[in-house]
Amino acid sequence: MRLPMPALGIGLLALILTMAMSSWLLFLSVLLIMALAYQLGRRRAIAQVGGPTKIKRLHSLPAYHGLYAALWAGIPALFVMGLWIGFQDQVIIAQVIDALSPTQIEGLSPGQFNLLISDIRNLATGNIVSAQVTSELQAAADHYNRLRALSRIAMWVVVLALALGATLMVWLQIHPSLRARNRVESITLAIMIVFSSIAILTTLGIVLSVVFESIRFFKLISPLEFFFGLTWSPQIALRADQVGASGAFGAVPLFVGTLVISVIAMLVAVPIGLLSAIYLSEYASRRVRAVAKPLLEVLAGIPTVVYGFFAALTVAPFIRSLGAWLGLDVASESALAAGLVMGIMIIPFVSSLSDDVINAVPQAMRDGSYALGATQSETIRRVIIPAALPGIIGGILLAVSRAIGETMIVVMAAGLSANLSINPLESLTTVTVQIVTLLTGDQEFDSPKTLAAFALGLTLFVVTLALNVVALSIVRKYREQYE
Amino acid sequence: MNTMVETMNRVTDALSAVELAQERAFCQTVGDFTVPNPRMTCRDVEVWYGPKQAIRRVNLDIGRNEVLSMIGPSGCGKSTFLRCLNRMNDTIPGCRVTGSIKLDGQDIYDKKLDPVLLRARVGMVFQKPNPFPKSIYENVAYGPRIHGLTNSKAELDELVETSLRKAGLWDEVKDRLDQPGTGLSGGQQQRLCIARTIAVAPDVILMDEPCSALDPIATAIIEELIDELRANYSIVIVTHSMQQAARVSQRTAYFHLGDLIEVGETNQIFTNPQHKLTEDYITGRFG
Amino acid sequence: MNKPAPQITPTGRPNPVDIVRASLKRRYARERRFRWLGATAVLIGLLCVVLLFADIILKGYTAFQQTYIRLPIALEAESIDPEGTGARAAIEDADYLALIRNALFELFPEVRDRQERRLLTSIVSVGAPNLVREYVLAHPDRIGTTQEIWVPATADIDMLMKGHINRDLPEAERRVKDQTLGWIDRLAAEGRIAKRFNTPFFVNGTSREPELAGIAGALMGSFYTLLLTLILSFPIGVGAAIYLEEFAPRNRWTDLIEININNLAAVPSIVFGLLGLAVFIGFFGMPRSTPLVGALVLTLMTLPTIIIASRAALKSVPPSIREAALGVGASSLQTQFHHVLPLAMPGMLTGTIIGMAQALGETAPLLMIGMIAFIVDIPQGFTDMATVLPVQIYLWADSPERGFVERTSAAIMVLLAFLFAMNLAAVLLRRRFERRW
Repeated sequence: MRLPMPALGIGLLALILTMAMSSWLLFLSVLLIMALAYQLGRRRAIAQVGGPTKIKRLHSLPAYHGLYAALWAGIPALFVMGLWIGFQDQVIIAQVIDALSPTQIEGLSPGQFNLLISDIRNLATGNIVSAQVTSELQAAADHYNRLRALSRIAMWVVVLALALGATLMVWLQIHPSLRARNRVESITLAIMIVFSSIAILTTLGIVLSVVFESIRFFKLISPLEFFFGLTWSPQIALRADQVGASGAFGAVPLFVGTLVISVIAMLVAVPIGLLSAIYLSEYASRRVRAVAKPLLEVLAGIPTVVYGFFAALTVAPFIRSLGAWLGLDVASESALAAGLVMGIMIIPFVSSLSDDVINAVPQAMRDGSYALGATQSETIRRVIIPAALPGIIGGILLAVSRAIGETMIVVMAAGLSANLSINPLESLTTVTVQIVTLLTGDQEFDSPKTLAAFALGLTLFVVTLALNVVALSIVRKYREQYE
Repeated sequence: MNTMVETMNRVTDALSAVELAQERAFCQTVGDFTVPNPRMTCRDVEVWYGPKQAIRRVNLDIGRNEVLSMIGPSGCGKSTFLRCLNRMNDTIPGCRVTGSIKLDGQDIYDKKLDPVLLRARVGMVFQKPNPFPKSIYENVAYGPRIHGLTNSKAELDELVETSLRKAGLWDEVKDRLDQPGTGLSGGQQQRLCIARTIAVAPDVILMDEPCSALDPIATAIIEELIDELRANYSIVIVTHSMQQAARVSQRTAYFHLGDLIEVGETNQIFTNPQHKLTEDYITGRFG
Repeated sequence: MNKPAPQITPTGRPNPVDIVRASLKRRYARERRFRWLGATAVLIGLLCVVLLFADIILKGYTAFQQTYIRLPIALEAESIDPEGTGARAAIEDADYLALIRNALFELFPEVRDRQERRLLTSIVSVGAPNLVREYVLAHPDRIGTTQEIWVPATADIDMLMKGHINRDLPEAERRVKDQTLGWIDRLAAEGRIAKRFNTPFFVNGTSREPELAGIAGALMGSFYTLLLTLILSFPIGVGAAIYLEEFAPRNRWTDLIEININNLAAVPSIVFGLLGLAVFIGFFGMPRSTPLVGALVLTLMTLPTIIIASRAALKSVPPSIREAALGVGASSLQTQFHHVLPLAMPGMLTGTIIGMAQALGETAPLLMIGMIAFIVDIPQGFTDMATVLPVQIYLWADSPERGFVERTSAAIMVLLAFLFAMNLAAVLLRRRFERRW
């Protein structure tokens, strides 16, 4: 009997969560109970029919009885444990806040309030605290620690009780006619359904996290200003309570910068990618193709941080000195360098997508054209490309979405200052660069600066999602056409 | 991928014939393969796929204004032979043709002869209708456009119309010339492909089982069309259907496992075959 | 071609064959141009690959060696272990910098000025005393003798020895002054300077000093993060793929899941970072900068890759296998786990390896969840603050010192070597188990 993969997965998921909170021991105990339950279930099933020779009288093999018992012992207990660990901190903090004297919280801005809470937490865990340690703060921290200890004990009791209780329940249920295999299979199926839903949960998580923070941001700064404002300088907005009116959150320069760099990237990637796909699939001999294609695809496997390094340390200085030689003034972090390297990164993306769609064009189209006396390039340009065009456009849209969302190359090679310009020789900044700059380093979670990053993230997500949906539907329609 | 798979299929199709052909002794063609004043003459044509032989020493003439049908069991090499006539086999890697094939006295495998020029003179209609994913008009105009046959839009319009008329499709599509050719019915698509071929004004039209993907009514229309086209073109048709061969052709060639077994007047082949294999095939003992 | 009687078409146009023949030259010229254009595109693409690799290798290969200086260090008992107890604590606390300085002053007795002596001391790395300490701890019996010990040179000297500092520049523009050059040349003439294999690069954590910085911390961080990502994403991805491919009914919900998976595969990675920051750190209060959060984010990112690859692998198992198993009375899950899954496993593993390779190279989302902190210690577990190799590369690439450029390139080479190995494994796996049905 093989242990079903999904059961293993759930166990391991729980492993991770528990280790994070150093509840190792409890987790191991549950695993132990599961192993125990397996043996108990198996033995009991055999015993019920009177020995291993008579297991034919069982509806399901003994191993399934054991597995059934183990699953019941483990899943509810681990599920509760996961929830407990996930939410205990919030419950405890809420309790601690309730217990604080009203004078302590009165008149605090949300930022200061968060600071207070993190102080309590830090004090409790013995970390460095930002404020003076008052007796009240100390009391709150002690309260926090007491609650945590209490919560831990309660968790042990509840989880172990659940595991043992479920084992007992199954043990009582086991009977030769118990449809253990069917039940195990239902549980496995349910687990697999949960796994498949993680994709939905991820999307939901993305949407919720960016939407909520963005709503908070748009309460401080009007969407009109964000989407149409021409000045971006979040660094001025240091004091959280005075930011609303400063007018430094106009994202147009970022949008323009992103656009310019993406356009440069596409100007590099589309002709090279498309033409090499055509050459490799229509002209190249089998040997050339077998060598050149994987070599080009190497470009797709290189991490973006490597491209960033290449752009910042090699291409940018080269373009700068080339510009100087030509008498042009090129910024040291020019959009051109970032765009060029991003284009190189996207070449294999465009070429492999184009390759797919070009090969999907039936041979009959080529034959029809050759039979009329068309040359190869005439066939390619007048029959194959037009036939593959929807697919190629879909692929290019996917590539654009990738260029817009690309982060490391621009973080390392493009500028930080938001110039509103379309000159590729200047230093331009992009949406992704600003998200990284706003969110790296220690910030309060509530300042408009941080929130702005989420508003940018929302914009990025919506734009790329729209591009992807359109592109994927075009590509899918195209594939269906020739299937 | 598709290209590769289709190529492979074509190759293996032919190979099934090849393997058997190699085991047997060469078989002399029965009947007179020559015609007076031929359009095309084929002498000692052999086709190889890599090390394997698909066609063995075929001698055959193609007359002017006649329909020549080629019949035989699956994988007998008739399609392979047909594809030699306008060098479509060039697109299959590893395919080699020896012997001589002449069009109006000119060897078509001559290094100096251009396949583009050859294919402009020897058109081809395929088994499955393969209109380009363009409008009906553009499908027909494609050939004239790439070859630069017309000098003005009006001339092109006229050429498209005459071609569609000759293919008997004009009345059905004259109001929707700008609609995609792929939207037509199977029989209409096949006639569109014929119109497309005619537009380049070829001398010979090769048809590779042009009706195998069509229903009986569409088939009847195409057969009628073939008969009309005979007035202006030489037509070579590969077919699986003996009835079709009997209906449309004046001469018939019977292929068997890479050999040309018998060739002669269609009437004579169907009523009084000389060779045992031909007789077995005609009477339905195999195939 | 010899045409017996030139045809004239009814409209009076010239013969089509003549038109075609006349156009051939032009058309073949165009054909050649087009072909040449395609070949150029391929060559440009290949050139980019070559340039990228050549650039990184040329910048980085020197980092695998490090300049060391051999100093005759007098391990005086009175300064290391004055009480003569041999106690470990005492030995650990001794002032080894003083010993090194003394050794240098012995070698260059003419240097007397305080300023000059400080300059002289600076040719040795600040990590040197540590090295000497470890040497003494390993050989306590040698206290009281004078030993020739190789100590690392400072980054500037290292750069000088590797030829990255131009001696012809005017002194004011040079990081290494004339006086130091004189000392170095003398040491070199005495055979006291040599380049040796750069072990610290592979065993140290990061550092502010290029000559002491290593990738061990980042490697361990990457190891823990990837291990966890693998543990999470493989079962989940395979489970989801089996359900979607084999069991899911065709309805709106599964359609939605499908579209979702395809779209998630194309969502910018930085958005996953935002998700991690807001949900795992902000909402669940998980510890920042740890492999735990990094792995959760990377799991969500790699899941679509694994699911898509696993589904393709399941699709390639012919239905006849399923029918055969069902035909002998296996339940549908038994069919999956006993028959289909083993056959699809190589494809699934290949997809997983490729997903892991993506995860290994991923940087942006990890910046979001704080794996960018400067952490010298080598992480020991999933909840220790850590950084990963690509983030380390990003951090080093930002450092202005020349010494970090070669180390960044070397770290990239290590990263690429790992990626290459993973992809090779995927290819081999695919070849080894490829079946044609």
